[in-house]
Amino acid sequence: MLELIVDNRYTLTAVILFVVGLGNMMLHPNLIKKVVAFNIMDAATFLLLASRGFIEGRTAAILTDGGANVALYVNPIPAGLVLTGIVVSVSVSAFSLALIQRIYGSYGTIDMNELLEIMKKKGE
Amino acid sequence: MPLSYNFPFICIFLCMVSAILLSVVRGAKLSYYVTLAVAIACTVLSVIFLFDIVRDDVSFAFTMGKFPAPFGNEIAGGPLQAMMCSVFCGVMAMALLGGKKELFEDVDEKKMGLACVMFNMVLASILVLSYTNDAFTSYVFIEISTIAACALVMIKDSGPTLMATIRYLFMSLLGSGMFLFSVILLYGITGHLLMPQISEKVAELMAMGDQRMLLALCLGMMAASLGVKAAMFPFHRWLPDAHGTATTTSSAVLSGLVLKGYCMLMILFFCRVFTLETVREFHINDVVFVLGLAGMIVGSVCAMRETHAKRMLAYSSVAQLGYVFMGIGLGTVAGIAAACFQMLAHACTKSLLFVSVGRLSSTTGHDKQLAALRGSAWNAPLAGVGFAVGALSMVGIPLFGGFAAKVFFASASIADAEKIVLTLAVLAVSSILNALYYIPALIGIWSHKRPAVHEAEWDVACAIAITVLCLGIFALGIGFSPVMDILVRGVELL
Repeated sequence: MLELIVDNRYTLTAVILFVVGLGNMMLHPNLIKKVVAFNIMDAATFLLLASRGFIEGRTAAILTDGGANVALYVNPIPAGLVLTGIVVSVSVSAFSLALIQRIYGSYGTIDMNELLEIMKKKGE
Repeated sequence: MPLSYNFPFICIFLCMVSAILLSVVRGAKLSYYVTLAVAIACTVLSVIFLFDIVRDDVSFAFTMGKFPAPFGNEIAGGPLQAMMCSVFCGVMAMALLGGKKELFEDVDEKKMGLACVMFNMVLASILVLSYTNDAFTSYVFIEISTIAACALVMIKDSGPTLMATIRYLFMSLLGSGMFLFSVILLYGITGHLLMPQISEKVAELMAMGDQRMLLALCLGMMAASLGVKAAMFPFHRWLPDAHGTATTTSSAVLSGLVLKGYCMLMILFFCRVFTLETVREFHINDVVFVLGLAGMIVGSVCAMRETHAKRMLAYSSVAQLGYVFMGIGLGTVAGIAAACFQMLAHACTKSLLFVSVGRLSSTTGHDKQLAALRGSAWNAPLAGVGFAVGALSMVGIPLFGGFAAKVFFASASIADAEKIVLTLAVLAVSSILNALYYIPALIGIWSHKRPAVHEAEWDVACAIAITVLCLGIFALGIGFSPVMDILVRGVELL
């Protein structure tokens, strides 16, 4: 059992982080914290991807002085995917933060419950 | 390879390039007309491509960049994608035309260029989600479509639209996070990102009976994540606010097109990656089927209680998307083809309804309450006719597109002895429920004439859009058989 946990430590951590992120994103009333939770969720996915793509004892596939021995390098695709994923998550975070700023400008709060109450009072 | 086989890529490229260029263009009119021209050009190219691919009766992969499969990126084109994308591009152009006046009123002139960037990106992402052959590319474009769609909701820039956007955004992010997780699990299991290669590996694993739990988890998560994004019941709560508060063009595009992109992707994953046998074996299609049925009823019941015309239409979208999920849930080629037909019919009908309501409400000082719209059709007769055509198609009157879709659903369900009773019963109930809110709304807008708050001057763009969309609905309702042949062949070739 212990061995199984140690062997799958990255996957386990990723799953735990994903659930933490998911739960907070759904349940936390603070909009900024929702964005943070979203980032935790994405980081979990990247951890899973990076750990799956890495093989102990090998290095990144950067070829120097002609040594093209495949057995020395790890598959570069997962790293590329993580980079793409980070770009996507940064842009989504930027968009949500800009949106939250506008909401604060309009309503003076970033608490979802308070916002819903204000909306109800205004009858919108 | 015929020249037209390059057109899917050219369409996508055209949208992306114009989006990038428009981000530095400041003229409101210029950017609007460029966007419109791009949408029309994509329609023409897609139609030419459709004719060629139907004649050749093949499905092909188009390699992008210099690396061939399994390393490079690919898009795949076939009759199904060509048919869907032709209509999607056409509806996009008509939505832009139909909501033109309101778009220029609602959007700040300086920000029009940026709004047009978003329209282009939405079109690009719908095309990519239909054509892509790569699982990770589909994730990237899901995110692009999320940001663009949220931006389309908030371009009106009022308090309620901001709130609707933030709810939409968080729900969408939840969906795309889950989608990414499942794509990566799938990559971990199979070691591939291109759909044909994943499919081979999945077939191998299924034959060996290996990793079944993980595969089922991937498939379930994928269906759930795309369901969240396409407003499958019970994840539909964000939709009425987002679609109901946005400006006319945005509502038409969001309801008519954006949701369909995710449905197309779900079909691609079900048919091309996992194959329908696997999906049926894991019973994921049964879950989608039941949620689809629930959506059909719940969406309609919620729509009946609405007093705001656009929110009513938005809830009706939940119900209509329920039909699509029901078709996918049947898990057969006929069911999926019927779902695709419903997507085409709904894309035309819902855009027409939103455009018509936008036009009608311009005579009442933009009051979109159903009570305020009473008798407004006499002040804008063409929009009244458009609403009538759309409403009758939604209810399912013969000669209209919606009727043909319902017939196809019913005939697709016959093959499945367990699902036929449920399908037919819910189809009947849902049709009655549709009639219960569309017919009173229709009678309401055509009831005795009331003086207009604002005299509506003749709007050529809107008239063209309403006419073309009406013709589209009739074309689908009368010429359904060739369209359905293409769709069935397309699903078989996936």
